[in-house]
Amino acid sequence: MASPRTSEAPLASSARLKEIMAAHFVGVDRASREHTAPVAWCTSVGPVELLRALGYQVFFPENHGALLGASRVANETMGSAHALGYSPDICSYLTSDIGSYLQKRTPLSRYGMSTAPRADLLLYNTNQCREVKDWFEFYGREWNVPVVGVTSFREIGEVQRSHVDAIVRQMEDLVPTLEAVAGRKLDAARLEESVARSKECSDLWREVLATAAARPAALTFFDGTIQMGPAVILRGTVEACDFYRLLLAELQERVKGGKGALPRERFRIYWDGMPVWGKLRDLATLFAGLDTSVVASTYCNSWVFEALDPRDPLPSMARASLELFIARSEEPKQRYLERMVRQFSVDGVIFHDSRTCPNNSNARFGMPQRLRRTLGLPVLTIDGDLNDLRCFSDEQARTNIEGFVEQLEGQAPRSPAAHA
Amino acid sequence: MRAPLYAGIDCGSWNTKAALVDADGALLATAVVRTGADVAGASERAFAELLSRAGAARDQVGAIWSTGFGRHAIPLAGASRTELDSHARGALQYVSGPLTVIDIGGQDAKIILVDAEGRRISHKMNRKCAAGTGSFLEEMALRLDVPIGQLPALARDAKEEIELGSFCTVFTGTEVLGLIRQGKRPADLARAAYRSVVKRVLEMERVEGKVVATGGVVAHHPMVVELLTKAIGREVIVPRNPQEIGAVGVAVAAREAGAPSAEAPAGRTP
Repeated sequence: MASPRTSEAPLASSARLKEIMAAHFVGVDRASREHTAPVAWCTSVGPVELLRALGYQVFFPENHGALLGASRVANETMGSAHALGYSPDICSYLTSDIGSYLQKRTPLSRYGMSTAPRADLLLYNTNQCREVKDWFEFYGREWNVPVVGVTSFREIGEVQRSHVDAIVRQMEDLVPTLEAVAGRKLDAARLEESVARSKECSDLWREVLATAAARPAALTFFDGTIQMGPAVILRGTVEACDFYRLLLAELQERVKGGKGALPRERFRIYWDGMPVWGKLRDLATLFAGLDTSVVASTYCNSWVFEALDPRDPLPSMARASLELFIARSEEPKQRYLERMVRQFSVDGVIFHDSRTCPNNSNARFGMPQRLRRTLGLPVLTIDGDLNDLRCFSDEQARTNIEGFVEQLEGQAPRSPAAHA
Repeated sequence: MRAPLYAGIDCGSWNTKAALVDADGALLATAVVRTGADVAGASERAFAELLSRAGAARDQVGAIWSTGFGRHAIPLAGASRTELDSHARGALQYVSGPLTVIDIGGQDAKIILVDAEGRRISHKMNRKCAAGTGSFLEEMALRLDVPIGQLPALARDAKEEIELGSFCTVFTGTEVLGLIRQGKRPADLARAAYRSVVKRVLEMERVEGKVVATGGVVAHHPMVVELLTKAIGREVIVPRNPQEIGAVGVAVAAREAGAPSAEAPAGRTP
């Protein structure tokens, strides 16, 4: 039978990752408790740059959702939100986070926190889904604080100037509220600086992910879901950029030395859709045992914001939010996936159909079948969820994935006892 | 029979199936035992029954490979393949590609596409749901108050076409109870249950090429094959031993792998 194998040498930069993530949580919590700085909650894809420019400490509840999922606390907490009327069929980040608030139970307790930090303001962007707005409005009612945001276009074909202008106007309309809560005026130079750092972080993160294009891949999707933390919650800060420079140098060393994230890489897979947070380790071990590297993903690349430009802050922020994969229609999504498949030289594509995250599940409108046709590549769809493990079957997923790798073996020169 | 022999054990959710092929690939015997709660024990029983049926000795067996949901929990086995691989290989012993294998088992249903060269090109498994599986038929038999073994005979008496509209097994159970209260005949509802299985399975994936049906439900509920044939409008091939086809497939895989490998427990007493 296959024995679990993981990365040959752990990344030294991981210690720094833990430090900056911990410092972030402790910092936001202190600001919330001691009122040393205004605290905002923000959706993971922004527009965080406005908040940073105004001196907010920023908390990202989707990151909290992922922590709840990865620690499997989510499955203990989401029931409380269901009982409150939040359906098991809507975003399980939302339900596990609201349940966490109701139960005062959070994996952030390792940083001395009993709940996610209370905010003075919540700022959303619906370019991913409507749930983020409903999620934030729950807290707006609980804390009697402003909930403001951008109601985005979705299913966008080509991003037009008219789309960008409309989002810019919405962002401009946000500013008076953000200023009033922060107690200061937005400074143009600080906004430019914030966008510049976000752009730098985004560029570094893209380079980090690109190291997986090497054969063997220097990092896997499963590594990426951990390493992406700063790109989500510290984007726009010096700490995030410093960390990614460190990580990038380490990964480039791996590439130079011909070392991969896995000891042996027979096949390379692209992962579309959300991670199954509560099963990350199991899945990483399963793929490693099959000598199969999940080299790239739509998910990890969702924090690459090509369009950001400090010389043109709001329009570039607007464009970056609209150009994201999740906000696009099927045709640009397909072009994107085809490009990624080629860039990372993958042997097959796995779609995770996440029960409670339809907007991040791209197997529902015939995409796998179209990709199979246009690329001639094997595709597989597995059912699951980002946080709700009741929607995930270990056995079905295992059989599907092992069967998929066997299928790849059948196309490569046969290695009969590969699973022995 | 020419040694070495190769055994395949397919540990399914309800039954554990075993098959033995010889060095030339000829199928010598098959066996089926209940899996129960002891997967390893069931595989031992199936293997012992297999040897007995084939009149073969343990030390003639060069390799034992496993498949099925319990494939990783069979100490006898030296290697494993998924049931996706095994059912495709098993079907290919009887029919050449391109073909579609429709496997309907106790807990899951699978559609496996195989190309003209015999390579598996895609597969779909049912979602985390009993609809379209043997478990669904068990539930329906319970609702109709007949043992599962009598469901096929009951369905033969059907006169009226009834469509079950629910997707979920629990909701279908409720729907069936409602139809019973409305005076619908159990025989008609039994046939409707089979039609529901076929409908769910065909919703999973398009079928292409020749169609081969396998699995325990196919073996024990021939009406499924009749309804499948009617639904897709062409012949549905049922190989010999449709329930054991996964075991046959993995035995063939063991044989194709060649002489006993280091992992294969050749000569080891079970």
